[in-house]
Amino acid sequence: MALLEAENVRQCFGGLVALNGVSFTVSPGQIKAIIGPNGAGKTTLFNIVCGLIKPTDGVVRMNGEVITGLKPFQIAALGVSRTFQNVSLFPHMTVLENVLVGRHLHGRAGLISCALRLPTQRREEKAMIEQASRLLEEVGLAEKAQHSAGGLSLGQRRLVELARALATEPRLLLLDEPASGLNTKETDDLARTLRHVRDRGITLLMVEHDMSLVMDIADEILVLDFGVKIAEGPPAQVRSDPKVIAVYLGEKENVASG
Amino acid sequence: MNTTTRIWPRLAAFAAAAIVIQLSLSAAGKVYYLTQLTMAVYYAIVVMGLSLLMGYAGQVSLGQGAFFAIGGYTSAFLTTHNMAGYRGAVWFDLLDKCGVIVSRKNLYDDTLVLTVAPWLAFIMAILLTVVIAAVIGYPSLRLRGHYLAMATLGFGLIIHCILIGSPALGAADGITGVPGLSVGGLAVSGKSAVRVQNYYIAWAVAIAVLVLLRNLVESRMGRALRAIHDSEAAASAMGVNTPKLKLEVFMVSAALAAMAGSLLTHYNEGIGPSESSAFKSVRYLALVAAGGMANLEGALVVSTLLVFLSLRGWFGTYDNAVFGIILIAIVALAPQGPFRQLGLWMNRYRSLYKPGKEARGGAS
Amino acid sequence: MVQALQYFFSGVTVGSVYAIVAIGFNIIYSATGVLNFAQGEFVMLGGMVAITLASFLPVPVAVAVAVAIVTLFGCGLELVFFRRLRSHSVLHMIIITIGLSIVIQELALHVWDEKVRSLPYFTGNEASSVKLVGAALSPQVIWVLGTAGVVVMLLQLFYKRTLYGRAMRACSSNPEAAMLVGINTGNMRTAAFGLSAGLGALAGCVISPISMTHYEMGPGLAIKGFAAAILGGLGNPMAAVAGGLIVGLIEAFSVSVIPSAFKDVAAFAILLAMLFLRPHGLFGCPSGVSVREV
Repeated sequence: MALLEAENVRQCFGGLVALNGVSFTVSPGQIKAIIGPNGAGKTTLFNIVCGLIKPTDGVVRMNGEVITGLKPFQIAALGVSRTFQNVSLFPHMTVLENVLVGRHLHGRAGLISCALRLPTQRREEKAMIEQASRLLEEVGLAEKAQHSAGGLSLGQRRLVELARALATEPRLLLLDEPASGLNTKETDDLARTLRHVRDRGITLLMVEHDMSLVMDIADEILVLDFGVKIAEGPPAQVRSDPKVIAVYLGEKENVASG
Repeated sequence: MNTTTRIWPRLAAFAAAAIVIQLSLSAAGKVYYLTQLTMAVYYAIVVMGLSLLMGYAGQVSLGQGAFFAIGGYTSAFLTTHNMAGYRGAVWFDLLDKCGVIVSRKNLYDDTLVLTVAPWLAFIMAILLTVVIAAVIGYPSLRLRGHYLAMATLGFGLIIHCILIGSPALGAADGITGVPGLSVGGLAVSGKSAVRVQNYYIAWAVAIAVLVLLRNLVESRMGRALRAIHDSEAAASAMGVNTPKLKLEVFMVSAALAAMAGSLLTHYNEGIGPSESSAFKSVRYLALVAAGGMANLEGALVVSTLLVFLSLRGWFGTYDNAVFGIILIAIVALAPQGPFRQLGLWMNRYRSLYKPGKEARGGAS
Repeated sequence: MVQALQYFFSGVTVGSVYAIVAIGFNIIYSATGVLNFAQGEFVMLGGMVAITLASFLPVPVAVAVAVAIVTLFGCGLELVFFRRLRSHSVLHMIIITIGLSIVIQELALHVWDEKVRSLPYFTGNEASSVKLVGAALSPQVIWVLGTAGVVVMLLQLFYKRTLYGRAMRACSSNPEAAMLVGINTGNMRTAAFGLSAGLGALAGCVISPISMTHYEMGPGLAIKGFAAAILGGLGNPMAAVAGGLIVGLIEAFSVSVIPSAFKDVAAFAILLAMLFLRPHGLFGCPSGVSVREV
């Protein structure tokens, strides 16, 4: 059964039709990439899947359950997490605290037990810190744990955001242009990290412009143009699809931009 | 994140400062300063609550004065409204059996005055305020920035109008003759005999609030709050129930304001409608800004100091103007809060005047 | 019936003032994105300055000069406080305008004092009355309505027919594009503040004989004007007029249902109701100005 299903998703902003009846599925354990020219509706689709926008029409299901219309935190509780195109870290908190926010779902302590520092809350806090620290080690940023999140380089902030998203223990991870602004070496590291994430059993759905990354790690590619799906399938198939070539890929050289 | 080790030295410092101040004032014969300090500390509790809401959660509220007044007026009304006429009513006798009705002699005509016990009135004051905060907060907190500020200001003005216009609540004169609040051996009251006791009671309450809020801010819930302030969308995407948390914090800050209002009303033996005015609410805003938006200890110290000076009349007739200027000055000159700004200025000063070492490649 | 008519005219009169305050809010909000909490202070200053000037100048001249002074004051505010602070967050902008409101009020208290004052009636005095559709009205009411009407018409002309007005509209809908075509957005913002202040001052002068001028009158007016602006839908100056009239009428008629001591509550309750239920206003569209969070 598909992990994520989108059926006929339509999104209108006033008179502008951003998405016009897009349907697709994501299978468990997959790495699926959504590509398309700017303005094709990719981030809008993401925002719909994770609940920031309610679609004008259409249904999105996660494991068979309808998630359209749920608030983002409810969808997060169902196992969907994401990173943002403009890295949305919490700049006034440390790196470790940022990742700890990712563990929020896995804590139970309410306002009162936090204020009173009850024993259960203290135990929970210790466990959270351990888990968050471990995640930071995995992405190689353990020594930056106490640094302010606003002061890191872009590549490092991307990694912190990834660690934060992973901290929620998602089943499906949405990545919005994870390679944007990264150089070739950083992109290679990213590819390795993402494969590693998938091997842990997390399904990945990403929007990306960097064709080399996409062709490298994606199991399936979905191509959008002007809010409409024009192709869906394994990289080799999509790459040779004449519609896609006409609209997007252009020359044989890949169009890896920033 | 083991910050309890950091907090005890600071608490000890606060306690020591409080003791030193009291002893020196008593020795100097200026005990009446203690009264004003006590009042200032209670107001500082309101500011700490607002600091939690505005500094950490990032929600602007211009209604803290109203919550303070609701708490104070509820306590005042319930402890002064004579219920002797209700004797015989079922609910009244029930309350009486529970021991929550107290009596005292009316000084003027020797009749018996029956009122609700102050401790129960205190609890009811806080509960009522929290309920009202929930009712107002639920729709208000869905609004952004400007609109939230306007909604809370509008709410505050409505409360102010109601208080000033209701004869049952004393209209423009407010309620006076409020008895003290006694729990165990301690009494929150304006009698000069318990002046020093009340000074320490106020500090104890303020420090307890400080510790609780600090624990909150350093915990999972506190991180969630700060996350909401930085990016509500990202916080929600990470699973933080943002509407619920914002409402809960709003209710907490309202409860703190109500508690301070009730205690101060017992201390001052009365309360007036000016506590709910827009001026007061703006003043709390200025005090949060002056203490450094997200700085609980700063809020406590700066607020106590400034309110004390204001009560002593240092600002004369320019009292309100001073707080208005503080607001403008903080935002224009030190938007990160005065302490952080001072730190930034000092760093800049250091780098301007000591580049020599690095330039010469010397060790530093 | 006569009573209802009196309420009606009373509501429309005070509603016209709310309308002008609401228009002032809109002008500044559109051009700068700032919600000016100090809007009511412009009205107060207009009245106060005019009253002082009227002690040695003929009333019309006093009003004109007062409006000019307050207009310059508004421009000055923008230049001093808002020009360099544009990059600050919404929270900071709110706080600055609140602080300004307080400081201006206190300055007014010290320059003038806490007494309630008023301008002399423009025509006649407090005893004169004019019969209109069966109701006895003070001639000043005609002045208020007339001024409001003229202001609205002139604004329409300004925005639609003059280059300056069109430039201002361009600034509010797309500041970057406006800059690209050579419009000096900084000056536009200053002009917006000035215009808004001048209109407020005019309203303050014209309403002074009826409602008195008092150093603390600002915040109440600002809230009611804001309620009117929200009612019409922020960003729509003409709908603000409708909003102002509606708020004024509801407030006037509310006296028949609730004790007059609570008259102000009506307008504040409208504000809350609008913010909670229909923040884009009666005439705005839901996809417009984003009032709600996420």
